[in-house]
Amino acid sequence: MEIYNNHKRLFVAALALFLALTMFAAILPGFNIQNDNAPLPKSKPLSTEEMQGKAIFISEGCIACHTQQVRNVEMDKMWGSRPSIAADYARLTRTDVWRNTASLMGSERTGPDLTSIGSRQPSKDWHLLHLYNPRSVVSQSIMPSYQWLFEEKEYAYPGDVVLNVPDEFRKGVQGKIVASQDALHLVAYLQSLKQTDLPDGKPVPIFLYPKGPVKEEPAGTTSQLNTELDGAALYAVNCQSCHQANGEGLKGAFPSLKGSPVVLDKDPKVQVTIIMEGYNGRVSEGYGLMPPIGTTNNLKPEEIVAIINHERSSWGNNSRKVSITEIKELFNQIKTPVIAKK
Amino acid sequence: MKKVSILIVLAFWGLNLFAQTPGASSGVWSNPGIMITIALILIPMVIAVYLVAVKVNNMVKKIREVKIRREAKYLAKSIQQLSIAEVHEELTKRKLAVDYKLSNTELAGEAQPEDKKGLLHNIAEVNSPRFIASKKRAVKRPDIDPKLTKLILWYLGTATLWLVVGTSVGEYLGIKFVSPDVDHISWLSFGRLRPVHTNMVFWGWSSLAMIGLGYYVVSTVSNTVVASLKLGWIALGLINGSVVLGSLSLMAGINNGGGEYREYIWPIMLLFAIGVIITLINYLQTIARRKTKEIYISNWYIIAATMFTIVIALVGYLPFWQNGLGESIAQGYYMHQGVGMWFMLFNLGLIYYFLPQQLNTPIYSYSLGILAFWTQILFYTLIGTHHFIFSAIPWWLQTVAIIGSMGMLIPVFAGTTNFLMTFKGNFNKIGSSYTLPFYLVGIIFYFTGSTQGTAEAFRSANLYWHFTDFTVAHSHLTMYGIIAFMLWASIYTLVPRLTGREPKQSLVGAHFWMALIGLLFYTIPLMIGGTLKGLAWQEGKPFIDSVVLMAPYWLWRAIGGSLMWASHLIFAYNLYSMIANREEIDLKKTVFEELNKLPVNSAV
Repeated sequence: MEIYNNHKRLFVAALALFLALTMFAAILPGFNIQNDNAPLPKSKPLSTEEMQGKAIFISEGCIACHTQQVRNVEMDKMWGSRPSIAADYARLTRTDVWRNTASLMGSERTGPDLTSIGSRQPSKDWHLLHLYNPRSVVSQSIMPSYQWLFEEKEYAYPGDVVLNVPDEFRKGVQGKIVASQDALHLVAYLQSLKQTDLPDGKPVPIFLYPKGPVKEEPAGTTSQLNTELDGAALYAVNCQSCHQANGEGLKGAFPSLKGSPVVLDKDPKVQVTIIMEGYNGRVSEGYGLMPPIGTTNNLKPEEIVAIINHERSSWGNNSRKVSITEIKELFNQIKTPVIAKK
Repeated sequence: MKKVSILIVLAFWGLNLFAQTPGASSGVWSNPGIMITIALILIPMVIAVYLVAVKVNNMVKKIREVKIRREAKYLAKSIQQLSIAEVHEELTKRKLAVDYKLSNTELAGEAQPEDKKGLLHNIAEVNSPRFIASKKRAVKRPDIDPKLTKLILWYLGTATLWLVVGTSVGEYLGIKFVSPDVDHISWLSFGRLRPVHTNMVFWGWSSLAMIGLGYYVVSTVSNTVVASLKLGWIALGLINGSVVLGSLSLMAGINNGGGEYREYIWPIMLLFAIGVIITLINYLQTIARRKTKEIYISNWYIIAATMFTIVIALVGYLPFWQNGLGESIAQGYYMHQGVGMWFMLFNLGLIYYFLPQQLNTPIYSYSLGILAFWTQILFYTLIGTHHFIFSAIPWWLQTVAIIGSMGMLIPVFAGTTNFLMTFKGNFNKIGSSYTLPFYLVGIIFYFTGSTQGTAEAFRSANLYWHFTDFTVAHSHLTMYGIIAFMLWASIYTLVPRLTGREPKQSLVGAHFWMALIGLLFYTIPLMIGGTLKGLAWQEGKPFIDSVVLMAPYWLWRAIGGSLMWASHLIFAYNLYSMIANREEIDLKKTVFEELNKLPVNSAV
């Protein structure tokens, strides 16, 4: 055929086809989604510190292992309360003249997704320790240590954030370990990562591929099975990163639950309150601030019961198991004032 | 031996797989995507087993030869002990027996054969009919300009440097999965080094090697000389500069925004892009001066790859459509076109030239080449978004990408058929060639790697594999199994022609086997581990469980990676010996030289 003997015709034809398809598959959809998109009304832009933290996140290449997208499939439920939508990314613009927009959606989850890390793990103390050496808080972690984001000082100045690093991870550091501005910014950025609620009345997109066939329960029966959740697993997801698998916490950073008077107390009121509202009673002893993890992670009463009973019956703890009705009652007492306060 | 141990290890893995996922796994095995992948994994294994069988067969032959020699010796000795009369009598008897001939009429009689009832049809006139007429052969190729040789060798040399450095970085990254506290230096941290590795092997190793080989192919199939060697040198400098600056800046923490293969900031990538633009101009001018009427198929692929890459870089780096999710759409397009349009198209162009050359046979079918070329453009351009399935990117665009991924089966099947049919009838040459195994492996992985990509794009398969180490295995099966093997095949074919020096064959063999076995050790555990990881996620297990679960598979990956890395050192040495070794003394040439020195000849 003539076209294969004429380089101008052949190459122009190939290029034209490629360009047309490129317009269709990349440029026009890109334009569309860029222009036909707006941030959710309840979302707010990143603060200056958070922006600086994001820059650290980018330059350290955290995206190599961490995604920031909740897919609309059942298995991604653990990363957010709803699938990510285009509006979640609407505030993203070019970083600066040298660097492109960073949507940081990622392509691999060697580490957890970070879409809502700010709600799942709000504790600043935890994040700093984790950045200094991830294995100090999660022993099986393979995340790199970011020790260059911290400084060693003989004396801490007022305003310095000092880390209580367990001895085995100090590696010969004698002085104080102080978080640099970069580390603080990075943590501020991580704390800012939360899913924004959709405007009232807007339908929430569903998660596809729900687990197994949906079992319809016969009306009127209260299912005993459903309330007996796996306390150990829930503890692992919600509590373990600070209080550790052995319940002993980390000396000087996160208090022990083993033998803790709060956990052993026959009345679960204080325990539930701390889980739902957080706790600052032991900050003076050097312990971190306990975040209201039950509220930020939207834990249901059934889940709280499972966690509490796991804590009350593990690591040598042997206290009274609590019932769901008891907790539901406490739950209602606590929940109302929390909302009222804000 | 090696193969046997691999099989045992594999069988063991298989058992593990069943042991760890009772019941829950039944859904996985009936998943079409996974079934396809398992079949695809088996193909290269079978080929490897076949190659080993050939080797063992040769060894057995050698042992048999020794035995025959021993018997011959014994026979000769016993003959010597006989008297002459005895020998004479025996030989006469034997001669009569040997000389006996049938008259050929014992059974059929004297009648002539005839087909009186017209029973015979379709009598083959030729023994092996060709599908397509043989094409013109180039007249004896003139010697290659030493200046061009030098340019190509510099491209290949710097490419090899980046291969060694880039995979050393990769090897180190693999170790970090097993031993995360191996160092705490910011410049060497995982997040910064990972893009250093990927970009270095992309833009440093593969791209430079391709362009260098391209200079030979483009000019040779055009039957003309390269338009400007000077432009070639400029592009070489620009691309190398881009890789040096890019790697340093990434290690220093300057990153374009985290999009894969797009980590170099634009001023650095611009150097690379200018290098490619210069290369395109040079290639085009060379083709415009061609002395042949038609443009050989290699040049369609090579020019298309070079043109498209410039477009791809522009789409990836221009800022006008990159706000919000626009960045992710551009990213999906950029990363997959980079792989499929730059590396794959260019390499196919190289293979369309070097494979028939090495087999000394024309390419099987031009028509299949045409089909593969246009369908590759048609389908491949659409598939970028399949990296973001189930994300917030429009559902229709994800569906288009999945359909495009399925369409990719057409060019892949057409290309594989074309290459394998070119191989047909020449498979016996594989055993006696040190380059052909590289071609064969490259072609096999072209088929399995690409088809695996299609399987991964299915929504149901994506559920298990997306975000897991399976993706890493896939990218190594393709960028390494296809691209690196094809490049090595071409380099081992071309460089001896340029320099007249050959590498030590045993070392080429060592390179081949270590790279292949290393690749299998690298990818198969990651695919198994990746699948288990996806299953664990689906069961809703705590995330850290999936990290713990991967530990043995990451260890295997580090072991496979070490083999691959060591094979690159051998390859670098082989390249060195092809360029710098002393020329081996050639008997024929020396005989003629000696003849010329004789007084009779020198007088004339």
